[in-house]
Amino acid sequence: MEIRNLTCISCPMGCQITVEMDGSEVLSVTGNTCKKGDVYARKEVTNPTRIVTSTVKVIGGKADMVSVKTREDIPKEKIFDCIKSLKGVEVEAPVHIGDVILPDAAGTGVDIVATKNVERK
Amino acid sequence: MKNYDIVIIGGGPAGLAAAVSAKRNGIESILILERDKELGGILNQCIHNGFGLHTFKEELTGPEYAQRFIDQAKELEIEYRLNTMVMDISRKKVVTAMNREEGLFEIRAKAVILAMGCRERSRGALNIPGYRPAGIYSAGTAQRLVNMEGLMPGREVVILGSGDIGLIMARRMTLEGAKVKVVAELMPYSGGLKRNIVQCLDDYGIPLKLSHTVVDIKGKERLEGVTLAEVDKTGKPIPGTEEEYSCDTLLLSVGLIPENELSRGMGVEMSGVTSGPVVNESLETNIEGVFACGNVLHVHDLVDFVSEEAGTAGKNAVAYVKGERQTDGGQEIRLNPADGVRYTVPVSINTARMDENLTVRFRVGAVFKNCYVSAYFDDERVIHRKRQIVAPGEMEEIKLTKEQLLKYPDLKTVTVKIEEA
Amino acid sequence: MYDVIIIGGGVSGAASARELSRYKVRACVLEKEEDVCCGTSKANSAIAHAGYDAEPGSLMAKLNVRGNEMMEQLSKDLDFPFQRIGSLVICLSEEEMPGLQKLYDKGIANGVKGLKILNREEVLEMEPNITDNVYAALYAPTAGIVCPFNLNIALAENAYTNGIEFRFNTEVQNIRKIDGGYELCTNQGTFRTKYVVNAAGVYADKFHNMVSEKKIHITPRRGDYCLLDKSAGTHVSRTIFSLPTKYGKGVLVTPTVHGNLLVGPTAIDIENKEGTNTTREGLDEVITKAGQNVKNLPMRQVITSFAGLRAHEDGTEFIIGEPEDARGFIDCAGIESPGLTSCPAIGEMVAGILQEKLGLEKKDNFIATRKGILDPDTLTREERAELIQREPAYGNIICRCEMITEGEILDAIRRPLGARSLDGVKRRTRAGMGRCQSGFCSPRTMEILARELHVSMADITKSGGKSRLVVGTNKDTL
Repeated sequence: MEIRNLTCISCPMGCQITVEMDGSEVLSVTGNTCKKGDVYARKEVTNPTRIVTSTVKVIGGKADMVSVKTREDIPKEKIFDCIKSLKGVEVEAPVHIGDVILPDAAGTGVDIVATKNVERK
Repeated sequence: MKNYDIVIIGGGPAGLAAAVSAKRNGIESILILERDKELGGILNQCIHNGFGLHTFKEELTGPEYAQRFIDQAKELEIEYRLNTMVMDISRKKVVTAMNREEGLFEIRAKAVILAMGCRERSRGALNIPGYRPAGIYSAGTAQRLVNMEGLMPGREVVILGSGDIGLIMARRMTLEGAKVKVVAELMPYSGGLKRNIVQCLDDYGIPLKLSHTVVDIKGKERLEGVTLAEVDKTGKPIPGTEEEYSCDTLLLSVGLIPENELSRGMGVEMSGVTSGPVVNESLETNIEGVFACGNVLHVHDLVDFVSEEAGTAGKNAVAYVKGERQTDGGQEIRLNPADGVRYTVPVSINTARMDENLTVRFRVGAVFKNCYVSAYFDDERVIHRKRQIVAPGEMEEIKLTKEQLLKYPDLKTVTVKIEEA
Repeated sequence: MYDVIIIGGGVSGAASARELSRYKVRACVLEKEEDVCCGTSKANSAIAHAGYDAEPGSLMAKLNVRGNEMMEQLSKDLDFPFQRIGSLVICLSEEEMPGLQKLYDKGIANGVKGLKILNREEVLEMEPNITDNVYAALYAPTAGIVCPFNLNIALAENAYTNGIEFRFNTEVQNIRKIDGGYELCTNQGTFRTKYVVNAAGVYADKFHNMVSEKKIHITPRRGDYCLLDKSAGTHVSRTIFSLPTKYGKGVLVTPTVHGNLLVGPTAIDIENKEGTNTTREGLDEVITKAGQNVKNLPMRQVITSFAGLRAHEDGTEFIIGEPEDARGFIDCAGIESPGLTSCPAIGEMVAGILQEKLGLEKKDNFIATRKGILDPDTLTREERAELIQREPAYGNIICRCEMITEGEILDAIRRPLGARSLDGVKRRTRAGMGRCQSGFCSPRTMEILARELHVSMADITKSGGKSRLVVGTNKDTL
C-alpha cells in the first residue's frame, strides 16, 4: 500500500489530502473538505496531466519569439521531454494562433501549437 | 486638436474591454492610446495558461486571451495608436500624447477611461541591504526577457516573494534550463494561487520558505549569492536563522503598484490603500467623466475580472457621454470596509446612477477560515455568506442590487466585514 | 611617453584632466572601470558645501570655498545641473549652541559669504517640515546641489574634446620609477609618462605608497543612503544637516537636482575598498537619524538605497602635490567630503602644478564649453514638435518613470566617451533611475545599446566587467 500526500488546488484552502493507494487503485481519500478535493486527488494520483507552455524562435517576424502550448494536457512526466523536443525549433513568420509548431510532441500524440500571432516583418 | 467621445489610456486587457464595451453600447468615436508596440499589455508576456475560465469558459494562455479582445476591437473598428505615450491629461480632459510619427499632439475627450495597469515593486522599495550587482530583476522584467526575447537572465535563481508572477517564473525558468533553488515569502502565507504553488513549485520540487526574506545580497558585478533569514511576526529577521544561497539571479515578486502618475497629475483623488483612484458605483473618479478600471484602479489576480470591470467602466462612460445618466433623487451611500476588509471598489454608490446590479470588489488583510462575509446596511446585517476561507491573495466580491438598496430609504453606509463563525 | 597620466576618472581625475586640457600637453586618464564616475564620485550626497566645516587655513577649507564659487560658472560652461538652494545646520538645544557658533566662526574665517544664525521661528518659516524641537540653525545661502554624474561626465567629455585620452577597463597594477618619469604596469599593457596624477580615490594610498616612503593611509568610510520618490522631493527645499561629529557631517536630508529627496549618509569605517554594500543597520540608522531633524519623512517612498565610500585619509586633509621623495608624482589623495564641491578647484590646482613643472603653454584652441544631453522638457511645445520631426527618436519614450526618450539615450551612447552599459546610460540620462528602478525600460535600453554598439544582448552589461545582464538563450543548457 502506498500513501500519497497532495495539496488541493481547487480553492485557497489548499487542503492537505492523503490518498491511500494499492498499485493504481485508490483505496481512500482523506483530508479534503469538499467533493472537489476528492475528484482532484483521484485524478492527480492516477493520471496527472498538465498543459505545457513555452516559446520558440520566429524567423522574419515582427517579434523574435512566439509563444506555444500543448494543444491538450499531456502526462506530467512528459513535461521535460516535451520542452526538450522544442529545443532548436524555429518557425517562419507569419505564425497564427493554433498553427501546429511541432506535431506529436515527445510521443504524447499531442501537437504543440502557437498561442500568438506573429506577422511578417 | 482632434476630438473623441472616449479616449482610453492603455491598450491592455482593461483598455481593450472598456473600448469594446463602449462601442457595443453605442459610441463610435473611441481612441485607445497604447505605449507599447502592440495591444494586449502584460498578457503578451504571460504565456502560461489559466486565463479566461470565467469570460470564455475555457483555459487560454495570456496572448490568446488578449487576441480574443484584440479581434473584437478590430472587428468593431476601434481606433488605436501604438508606441504612443500619454504625457499629460488635463482636468478638462485634454490628453497630451507623443509618438515618433505625430510628435506631441493633443486630443480633447468627452470621457477618459484610465486603464494604465500597474508596475512591480522594486528592490529599492523593500530596502534590501547588500550590493547592487547585475542579476536582480523584478519577476515581470525577467518574464519579458524570457518569453518575449528568448533570453535567459541567469542559471541559478532565488525568488523573493510568492506572488503569482514569481511562482509562474519559477516554473518558466526551470523549464528553460535554470535551477530555481528556493522561493522565499515574507508573510506566513503565500500571496499566490494554490494552483500555482502546486503546479509551479511542487511539480518541480522547488521549496517555498514562508516567513523568510532576503537580508543580504552578494556580488559586486554579477550576483553571486543571497542570504535568507526567517522573520518574526513583525517581519523582522531573526538573528541566527541566516542561510546562504549561491545564485546568479534574484527575482522579485513582491507586489504590484497601480501606475497612477497621470491620474495624480490631473487631480484624481487617490486611495491610500489601493494606490488607485477613489471611484463611485460607475467606476468614475472625483473628476466627472474620468473613469478607471483594471489594475490601475486596484490590483487584480484574475484578468477575467479586469475585463468584466472594464466592460462596466466602458458602459458607464457611454452613459455619461450620451447624457443618459440619472442623477436626480438618488441616495448617496458610503461603502465602509471594516473588520478584516481592507478596501472596497467602489467606495460610494448613488442609487439613481447605479445599474440594477452592482459588484463590490474587495480584499481582506489576512487569512480567515470558517468565516462569514457580511454586509451591514447601517446597523442591519443584510448579507451573511459563509466562506471556508478568504485570503489576501484572492479578490472577493459581493453583489448588491438597486432593489435591495432602495428598500432602505435612509441608508447612509454599507459596511463590508469579515465575521468569525 | 606621455607628459601626464592621471590615474582615475572620478571627479578629481576628470577635473584635473579638464583643467590640464587648456595646455599643450599629451595626457591620458587611466580608469579601471568601463566608464568615468564609477567610484566615490557616483555615490555621495551630491552637495556643493558652503565651506564652514573645514578647519580655517586648511587646504580643504580653501578648495571648498573656491570650488563652491567656481561651480556655478562651470555648470553653465559644461551644461550640468547645479542649484544654489542653501543649507541649514540644525541645532536642537541651547546646549549645542556653542557648536553651531563654532561652525559660524569657522565659516567666517574661511570666507563663506552670507552665513546667518537663525532662531527657531525663522527656521520653521523657511522649512516647515523641520522638527518642532529645533532651537536654531546655521543658514548658508551659498550651499548648493549638483548632479555628480553629469558634473563628472561633463568634465571628462570636455577634457576628451580638448585632446586628453581616456583608457577604460585599464587597471594600474604597479608603478615603477624610470629615468625622467614613471612606468605604469596595467592589465592593458605598460604606459610611460613624465608625470603621474594619483586621483585613485580609495586606492590613492596604494599608489602613493608604491613610490614614496612617507606612507599615507586611506580608510574607506562607507555611507549608506536612501533615495526617495519625486513625490517626496519637496519635503524640504534646502539641504538639512545635523551638527557635525568627528565622523563627518552626519545624516542629511536634501532635495536632489532631479527632484528626488536624498537621505543619508552613515559613516562606517571599513577595510574593503570595494565594499559598497549597504547593511540593514546602516539603512536603519539613516532612517532614524534623518527623522531627528526633519519630521514626517515619507520613508515608505524609498525607491532605492546605495552606499558610497569616502576616501578618508588619517590626517583628515586633502593631500595634493608632489611628495618630497617622489618627484613627478602628484598626489590628489584623501579627497573625501567636500571633495565633490572642491573638484573644480582641485583640477585648477593640479593643472597649475603640472603647468609649472612641465612649463606647459596654453592652447589657443581650447574649447571651454560643452553641451549636455538635450532634455526635451526644457523645450517649448513648438521646439519639441520640431525636434521630433527632425529626430523621431525624441518622440519615443523609453523610460516611463523619468520620461526619457530614445533620442536622449542615443545621444548618451553616441557622444564622446559615450555610455557602454545600462548604468552608463542611467547616469547620463536618468533612464532607469525612477520609481520602477528600470523594471520596464531595462530590456528596451539593452536593445538600443546592442543595436548601437553592434553587439548581442548577451554582451550588454549593467556596469561593465562581469556584470552581464543575460547569460544565454532559452533552452541552451537543456
